[in-house]
Amino acid sequence: MGVKLNSEQVDIMKAAREFAEKEFSEVMQEFDKDEVFDLGLLRKACELGFVGVSIDEAYEGIGYSYFEHCLITEEFAAVDPGIGLATLYPAVVAECIRIFGDGSQKKNLLPKIIAGEIVLALAITEPDSGFDIYSVSTTAALENDTWVINGDKAFVLGGDYADYICLLALTDPGNPSPENRHSFILVPKETQGVSWKRLEGKLGMRAATAAKLSFSNVKVSLSHCVGAPGNGISQARALQCRINTMVAAMGVGIARAALYEGANYSKRRHAFEMPICTFQGIQSKLIEMATLIRAARGLYYEAALSFNDSKIDYGFTAMAKRFSGKTALKCADEALQIHGGYGYFDEYRVQRLYRDAKVVDLWEGSKELERQDILKTILN
Amino acid sequence: MDFDLTEEQRIIQKAAYDFAVREFLPLSKSHDREEKYPEGVWLKACEAGIGGVIIPKEYGGPGLGFMELALVSEQLCRVDLGLALAVQAGIFGSENIIFFGSENQKEHYLQRLASGKAMSAGAYTEPDAGSDVAGIRTSAVREGDEYIINGSKIFITHGLSCDWMVVLCVTNPSEQRRHMRQSMILVESNSKGVEVNKLTGKMGVRASETTEVSFSDVRVPCDHLVGEEGKGFYQLMHFFDATRTMVASQGIGLAQAALDQTIKYVHEKKIQGKPMAHHQEIQFQLAEMATKIQLSRTLTYKAAWQVDQGRTDPALNAMAKYFAGEMAVWVCGKALEIHAEFGPEALYDTHEVQKYYRDAKIIEIYEGTKEVEKITIARRLL
Repeated sequence: MGVKLNSEQVDIMKAAREFAEKEFSEVMQEFDKDEVFDLGLLRKACELGFVGVSIDEAYEGIGYSYFEHCLITEEFAAVDPGIGLATLYPAVVAECIRIFGDGSQKKNLLPKIIAGEIVLALAITEPDSGFDIYSVSTTAALENDTWVINGDKAFVLGGDYADYICLLALTDPGNPSPENRHSFILVPKETQGVSWKRLEGKLGMRAATAAKLSFSNVKVSLSHCVGAPGNGISQARALQCRINTMVAAMGVGIARAALYEGANYSKRRHAFEMPICTFQGIQSKLIEMATLIRAARGLYYEAALSFNDSKIDYGFTAMAKRFSGKTALKCADEALQIHGGYGYFDEYRVQRLYRDAKVVDLWEGSKELERQDILKTILN
Repeated sequence: MDFDLTEEQRIIQKAAYDFAVREFLPLSKSHDREEKYPEGVWLKACEAGIGGVIIPKEYGGPGLGFMELALVSEQLCRVDLGLALAVQAGIFGSENIIFFGSENQKEHYLQRLASGKAMSAGAYTEPDAGSDVAGIRTSAVREGDEYIINGSKIFITHGLSCDWMVVLCVTNPSEQRRHMRQSMILVESNSKGVEVNKLTGKMGVRASETTEVSFSDVRVPCDHLVGEEGKGFYQLMHFFDATRTMVASQGIGLAQAALDQTIKYVHEKKIQGKPMAHHQEIQFQLAEMATKIQLSRTLTYKAAWQVDQGRTDPALNAMAKYFAGEMAVWVCGKALEIHAEFGPEALYDTHEVQKYYRDAKIIEIYEGTKEVEKITIARRLL
């Protein structure tokens, strides 16, 4: 039982593809080389309605679903994964506000995010806790009606240019249950005590720049809590499975781009007096790539559609992400190999896809928690 | 069957590692970031006795074999593959002089290499001919007692730094058999008509100098022919057959470094309160990594040992090279994966393992892609 896209979804994908090809192609090699992003691109994407499509009309959104967000993600990633991530990650952070925010937060923030007027960043990972959300130790102590925040966050996507930081903080360390010790708090980045530094030297997805952030006695009012206090862990997990699904979509986009590059090159390149696509060794690679992509797409479509029901299988979204990551890796690797020595140079897209695929496979999310989620799905 | 290394082998193995730690570590990060070639390292390596390892003693070289070369190669690449290539590829191309050169050529060129005061390059690959070596088009036309060379080469290591290059050219274009049209001709770098440009934007081995070279009516005396006219292709195949074991060792060294870093990391970090080293999934992956490295090493040692016995087995060498390349990519990928089980910090170039991952891929490609190696193996099986 495959997923058949309706005509509106087909149009969305076509529009996304055209936008990405028009806006990303000229700058993608440079952005990757210099590890930079242009906020103007994000604003353009917002103006055309690509960012935050799952936000409802009440907040000036288009009111599609997370599935359409993933379709756009795949199309952007198929042109340049790094730029795609930088332009669409704000939509995922917006989900945090959309799902868990109170009415006033939604009203104040969502329309501005969609319009590209403000950018939000999600700050969960810390230098010493890695992906382990339970060890998050940035504290937020309640003093009268004010949160006082102290701690460090690392690898915050868009943290260098975000206007607001949505951070996971330890708010109730004494709570007997580790599930109830954390909360999400929204901090305007220009609040006194917030400092940040851009991180450099990432392997791939380099246009999706990241920063480390320090919070030193940062004070925000009680109302800046996003969702109920103490609900941070379950909110982070819910966000994580949306991120996983988006990453699964990116993986398929990367794999598709890799197949495209590999197939085209193999038709152009001659060796032993014939195009190399004539050789079974090359054909086998292309066949395997195409097969894996079909399978990965099936998984991510199913995962992305599951957000339309209220029953989301965390284990399943983790499976989709894992499989898609491995697919992207395999396809990027084979595509680079088809290019031979040329594929090792960044002038060729496959070199960038190779690095981007590895980051997509490994970024965002605790393998340990994924493992536990999948096991719960299997063993229960 | 004695699997142990000799005392002499252990000494040179240690010398190579110590050299790399001393000379490469301070340069590693900057030369990777800036894609910078390490000036002076080749000379230092020759002075330390680990430069042109296979240059015979009568020409001032260490006079060692491919087994010792494999040992040196592995140790240098344990520290930094890109920088190691500045040493490993120092005599590139001139192996052909050792194998096929005239006595005059050996005396004239090999001494200079052995001293570290000169460096050479091998110019075989062209923009339109990589794996299909016989498809090259650079021509060398005989005119009186000179060859006139026209054409272009690409992905030539040390094109800028070398003093001469051994160039594969078409000298017998009307020869029916495709593989008998080529010859190897030595061209001094400062010859008129030679133009070299550095290529940048490599994913890894960025400290290694990679270039494109063009020859525009370059004139060289006929005595610059290395070996026999029309035998260039076969000479080159022999060269690749032998040096494959060195390349395999590069993969082994790189993979070993990735494994060592990962073991260190999993001892340091905890996930959900439990040291990473105690996680069974991680233990199993480390076990697989170590097993594959050992397999690769045993296969490569055997292949190199056979070369030194005068019984070069091209298929065995092809197995060693293709397996080592695939193994290195897999091990380095796993190393990065295990690091990322903790968090994303290892995806940044502050962590060596990130560079190892970028470096590893080239081993599946240069000196014979793994696909070409499989062709070599299959041919001999069938």
